[in-house]
Amino acid sequence: MLTGRIFDLPAMGWRNLFAEMERIRREMDLLTSTLFREPASRFVPAGVFPMVNITEDMDNYYVRAELPGITPEDIDMQVSGRGLSITGERKIPAEGENVKYHRRERESGKFARIIELPGQIDGDKVDAKMVNGVLTVTIAKPEAEKPKQITIKAA
Amino acid sequence: MADSKALKLKEKQEVTAPAEQTRPGLIFTPAVDIFESDREITLLADMPGVATDDVTIDLKDGVLTLTGDVKPCEGQNESIVLAEFETGRYYRQFPLSEVIDQNKIEAKLENGVLRLTLPKAEKAIPRKIEVKAA
Repeated sequence: MLTGRIFDLPAMGWRNLFAEMERIRREMDLLTSTLFREPASRFVPAGVFPMVNITEDMDNYYVRAELPGITPEDIDMQVSGRGLSITGERKIPAEGENVKYHRRERESGKFARIIELPGQIDGDKVDAKMVNGVLTVTIAKPEAEKPKQITIKAA
Repeated sequence: MADSKALKLKEKQEVTAPAEQTRPGLIFTPAVDIFESDREITLLADMPGVATDDVTIDLKDGVLTLTGDVKPCEGQNESIVLAEFETGRYYRQFPLSEVIDQNKIEAKLENGVLRLTLPKAEKAIPRKIEVKAA
């Protein structure tokens, strides 16, 4: 179709040809952006261990990560500004010398991740707990950031 | 090992259809370590988010089935800011050889890691036979 337009209409000239190319480029951009756009509920993972889920409610941000086999002593967490840094090491103790491994899928190693939260946080009110290998960090929003209920007075 | 290597990110392995499932939701394969000593076979499985009461270990017809249910930990009024991983039940099956003493299997769940000890039957434990001097 494109070749048809270019070669069958010699009167179109170079300027129009470039305009046509530009139009096609724009359409292609639109096409690719609609094709490859992620649905709103899915996010592209940052590709850094550990994977985190962040949720929020009126009072807090909640950061959750799956860290099986990692004890709280092996995790170091710091808050600065709007950032939360989680570093640590997953240790898998050796299981004696006379064992033969059939499968070894679990991995050990160090990890570090810094997460920036979308709003201001109260660095003094951070609570972290580890339950069944899932880390949950509860970070309070400062009073100024919390939504306030406005009551309408009847005149 | 003084400086261990950095931990690489591994996506959770989703299972498409392990068997006929009666419950909706996602199913993941836990990462496992299996090793064998003279006396027993040990299985370690990463099952983060699974409480002790929610693990089912089933042994039937020589097939060991591990199932772990994960209760969602999000509160009611929370809205998602970023979601990188999903939760669901863990499911994995292993064929088990005859040499396991099926009455002595022990399971322990700690920090989201399941440790399953499968002792070998008496007849399967290697014995050293000494040759007596005549």
